[in-house]
Amino acid sequence: MATMAAQITGSADRVPLRLKLQRVERRRKLKAFLLVLPLLLFILTTFVLPIGRMIFNAVHEDTLLRLMPRTMSELRGWDGKDLPDEGVYAALAADLKQSWADKTAAEIGKRMNYELPGTRSKVTSSARKVSTLSTDTYKDALIEIDPLWARHEVWSLLKRGSSAYTAYYLLRSVDLQYGPDSQIVASPPENAIFRHIFLLTLGISISVTFATLVLGFPVAYLLASLPAKYSNLLMIMVVLPFWTSVLVRTTAWVVLLQQHGLVNEALMALHILSQPAELIFNRVGTIVAMTHIQLPFTLLPIYSVMKTISPTYVRAARSLGAGPFYAFWKIYFPQTLPGMAAGCLLTFILCLGYYITPALVGGPQDQMVSYFVAHYTNEELNWGMASALGAILLTATLILYYVFNKLVGTDRMKLG
Amino acid sequence: MSKALRITGAWSVMALVAGALPLAQPVLASDQLTITSFGGAGQMATRKGQIEPFAKKTGIKITEDEYGGEVSKIRAMVESKSVSWDLVVADATAASQMCAEGIIERIDWNKLGLDRAKFVGADQQDCGVPENLYATVLAYDKDTLPTGPTTIADLFDLRRFPGKRGLYKRPFGNIEWALIADGVPIKDVYKVLRTPAGIERAFNKLDTIKKNVVWWETGAQAPQLLADRQVVMTSAWNGRIYDAVKNSGKHFQIMWHAQELGLNVWVMPKGGQHLDTAYKFLTFAVSPAQQAEPTRYMAYGPANKEANAHVDPAILPDLPSAPDHMAGALLVDTSFWAENGDELRQRFTAWLVK
Repeated sequence: MATMAAQITGSADRVPLRLKLQRVERRRKLKAFLLVLPLLLFILTTFVLPIGRMIFNAVHEDTLLRLMPRTMSELRGWDGKDLPDEGVYAALAADLKQSWADKTAAEIGKRMNYELPGTRSKVTSSARKVSTLSTDTYKDALIEIDPLWARHEVWSLLKRGSSAYTAYYLLRSVDLQYGPDSQIVASPPENAIFRHIFLLTLGISISVTFATLVLGFPVAYLLASLPAKYSNLLMIMVVLPFWTSVLVRTTAWVVLLQQHGLVNEALMALHILSQPAELIFNRVGTIVAMTHIQLPFTLLPIYSVMKTISPTYVRAARSLGAGPFYAFWKIYFPQTLPGMAAGCLLTFILCLGYYITPALVGGPQDQMVSYFVAHYTNEELNWGMASALGAILLTATLILYYVFNKLVGTDRMKLG
Repeated sequence: MSKALRITGAWSVMALVAGALPLAQPVLASDQLTITSFGGAGQMATRKGQIEPFAKKTGIKITEDEYGGEVSKIRAMVESKSVSWDLVVADATAASQMCAEGIIERIDWNKLGLDRAKFVGADQQDCGVPENLYATVLAYDKDTLPTGPTTIADLFDLRRFPGKRGLYKRPFGNIEWALIADGVPIKDVYKVLRTPAGIERAFNKLDTIKKNVVWWETGAQAPQLLADRQVVMTSAWNGRIYDAVKNSGKHFQIMWHAQELGLNVWVMPKGGQHLDTAYKFLTFAVSPAQQAEPTRYMAYGPANKEANAHVDPAILPDLPSAPDHMAGALLVDTSFWAENGDELRQRFTAWLVK
């Protein structure tokens, strides 16, 4: 027993110290990794994977490939100049027949209708007629059934469908689309809304961030400079709304701001207004409600930074002859910048994704990108568009974050 | 340690396998149903008039759920093969769309044991059993507007009726009203709408009141907007207004001119576990006597023509199908909306933003 122990220690002694240390270090790292593993798995399965899957939807589109396999494989040899030849039409007829039997013609029609409005019913009626067709010259027969099949743009569209990936949804999301020869052109003005929507989302987010900063900064200063007995009470008032649901707070604004709501009635009773002001279902309501909800997010990081600023600096500046404003502006204010940067970034990024508040207190002209994501998911059932809009918003957010990081530096930010 | 791990591993594999086996279902699974409708007073009427009597008669346990009429929910259920709704009340237009997409069951009328011809609108529905007729109407509050609108043109008359109007945030119904208000005879509305110029005309007419519209998205919002005096008049589903008058004591008035008749139908999402029980329920619920029952609570007309004989005469004047109201009624053309719905919704969405 004793000799064995001696042997073991003996053999262990031969391992250099460096390796031993490395081994210990590795074990320590592994332990640390095991501790974060549950969170990592949670984030991967509930966040990264679903989002990745949704973004994949933005470029993956195999409806035509899946439902019209024969046409798609025949079209690979088509040069895209004149109308395709008889072989392709025969394949089309076979696919349409199949789709009529499988009841998938509506799905094909829906897909084609995205890019060529008005084709949906033509595709289904063609499929119905083809199902009873018996001929050897499919090209003429199909064109006679519906002139749709003699349109060059229809074939360009089908040719694009022979790939399982499409840029159509991403293009639509920035007001572009495919032209008759698969070239990229601008969307018609009656559908081109998305650039405007993205700019609007940006504009509303900047306005709200600015409003929360202007309103939050003095309150944070007051909180940081008051004695604890008062500042605790004030703090509760700031944090209290935090514990109420966003939906409740938003609905409360409806009660306050509506045509005959508290604010309007009060202003009219005081004879400040002669008729109710329009405070809700427009931009005013949206910005007021969003500012209210976001205020603590901007305020709290500023407050926590202000708490750490020692009053001796300002006192020193004053004793050296600086006026009260000069001392504040030159000495105190620059030290709050990390908190302001953190608070504003937090609010700005949260604002980019707002949905329920603009939907409830905004008008149709105040709806942000998220509203359209929901609209395409729930009402249009066009998940490709929803994914593309979401992907672009996510990318834009990441780019803005990157730019912000370059300008301000996240390492200089303090969240609290 | 490793043994414990192996045992846990074995258990989890077994649990996975058991979960994948259809055998894991309870044996009595067929004796229950999940029925989904739009909530509110309408679902209450269905519950009291059809669901509870059925449960009492057969002992089958029925669970209820609510939704907002979104096709996406049903589609997601069917596609992920986790259909928990056996029967759903849907709008006829949505039902046509789901039928074309193949996500709801085709109705076997022989299995139902009922005569399809006796149901309003059944000939256009392969996948739905018509339940009731509802109307989209213009409503106002007599307390704020003693002399209210009399024709749909008054909705667009900002001089005689200044103030905000509530409208449903869909093109559906609004563009028809715009044309009627612009002078198109009710019977020609869809003929005009099938031309690009007709659509243009409808949107131009809507432009005239665009700044004065508050858009609502769920049925309960319309009477709420009226009650809050946020709007002077609003489009609404007649049942919601009837309910506000009957149960909340409001002095709301329905203007029946150009009422738009829509149809609610029963549909069965594909892949439901209790298809036979669902058929059993339908046979019971849409039989003449039973389909008349919900009218005791809600002013929607039964779709089974034979059910009218069982309706309490006192409520007849409040139903969309009352002869007085039918004179200026517009039947919503589901085939028009199935063909052009996508483009019109897209255009309407873009129109709203600008």
